[in-house]
Amino acid sequence: MKAASFAYAKPRALAEALELIARPGAKVLAGGQSLIPSLNMRLSSPELLVDITGLDELKGIRFEKDTVRIGALTTHADIERSDVVKRHLPLLAEAVPHIAHPAIRNRGTIGGSLALADPAAEYPACVLALDATIVATGPKGERKIRATEFFKSLFETDLKPGELLTAVEFKAQKKDERSAFVELARRHGDYAIVGLAAFASNGTKRLAYFGVADRAILAQNAAKAKDLESAKAALAKDLQPPADLYHSSETKLHLARVLLERAWTKL
Amino acid sequence: MDEALDTTLTVNGAQVTRRIPARMNLVDFLRDELGLTGSHVGCEHGVCGACTVRVDGDIVRGCLMLAVQANGCEVETIEGLSDSGELAALQKAFHERNALQCGFCTPGMLLAARDLLKHNPKPDREQIRAHISGNYCRCTGYQAIVDAIEDVIHGQG
Repeated sequence: MKAASFAYAKPRALAEALELIARPGAKVLAGGQSLIPSLNMRLSSPELLVDITGLDELKGIRFEKDTVRIGALTTHADIERSDVVKRHLPLLAEAVPHIAHPAIRNRGTIGGSLALADPAAEYPACVLALDATIVATGPKGERKIRATEFFKSLFETDLKPGELLTAVEFKAQKKDERSAFVELARRHGDYAIVGLAAFASNGTKRLAYFGVADRAILAQNAAKAKDLESAKAALAKDLQPPADLYHSSETKLHLARVLLERAWTKL
Repeated sequence: MDEALDTTLTVNGAQVTRRIPARMNLVDFLRDELGLTGSHVGCEHGVCGACTVRVDGDIVRGCLMLAVQANGCEVETIEGLSDSGELAALQKAFHERNALQCGFCTPGMLLAARDLLKHNPKPDREQIRAHISGNYCRCTGYQAIVDAIEDVIHGQG
């Protein structure tokens, strides 16, 4: 349960970081709250860890016009305490307390979580529900990726080798828009059995489920349904959750419907 | 880009400089190199909370941070926070409420509890439970621990 040895570098500038992550065997270290456990368990053994936490330009939350831009290195705790997030991204504010525990939220980052693309994590579903834009920076400059195009498979994203996830851009929630975040976990802070990040704008719903597939997914059929009962029925077309150690596929689908009920009246 | 790096950090108010292997976790460094064995090593993957320490004022998992990442940081452990008296009321309440048995989780539990009271001086039981949810106790269970934290909130600790 001790990590294999690796080299370590802490770049002070983005250009330097990009040069380092392009090296063979290099891995990016952000908050490290998922990477370090996998190093400790030797599920991952990079040759070089590039610690990007010294890149201050990737930290912080900015609100301009109607967009909230969150730097990749902004921690869950920063997001939890942010007034801008409370006011303009209530879905995210509601989601953060579900992420692990305070000591982990003090170090884990939004960029790290999105780049890891854990299928049971909260942020991927939030960015899908809010139709956010992921900003990646590579040797050729910045590239913007719609959240719907970003998550490819289990722990797989659209990030290309040599690219670093540098920010996420959200449209600020408008007065007539609604959102809800609900999650079921065995204990507070555990990975979700099933979770739902839901958003409604002008009668259009976006229902992003997590913990039910190889990545966070939008329940398209349920979102189009006119009432709760038909939405719950339609979920069978949207979700075919794989069973986990404790819950069968049927149980997970049932719980997904329970969450839809809980969220529905808030939308 | 070495596998060991010269690292300078402050631990419980004293400056320390060591050459540290990059792969060494902060909690292993504190225990094995500095002899500060109050922070415990439990699960080594961020689940149990026994290794909780404070870095630049915020609690973190000592097993989920590399010691070299603490370069330039201010680290506080149960030893320092005990000596300074910052935890005295919580320690007294834990004792009185029998909120520990084997004591393995206690340093982490005290740091988590203190962190809660710093951010929220009047939490209710649910908030206490949520805040210590990342700290596992296998002996007493949680009732006595929550009771002890409540005693401090109500000034009885």
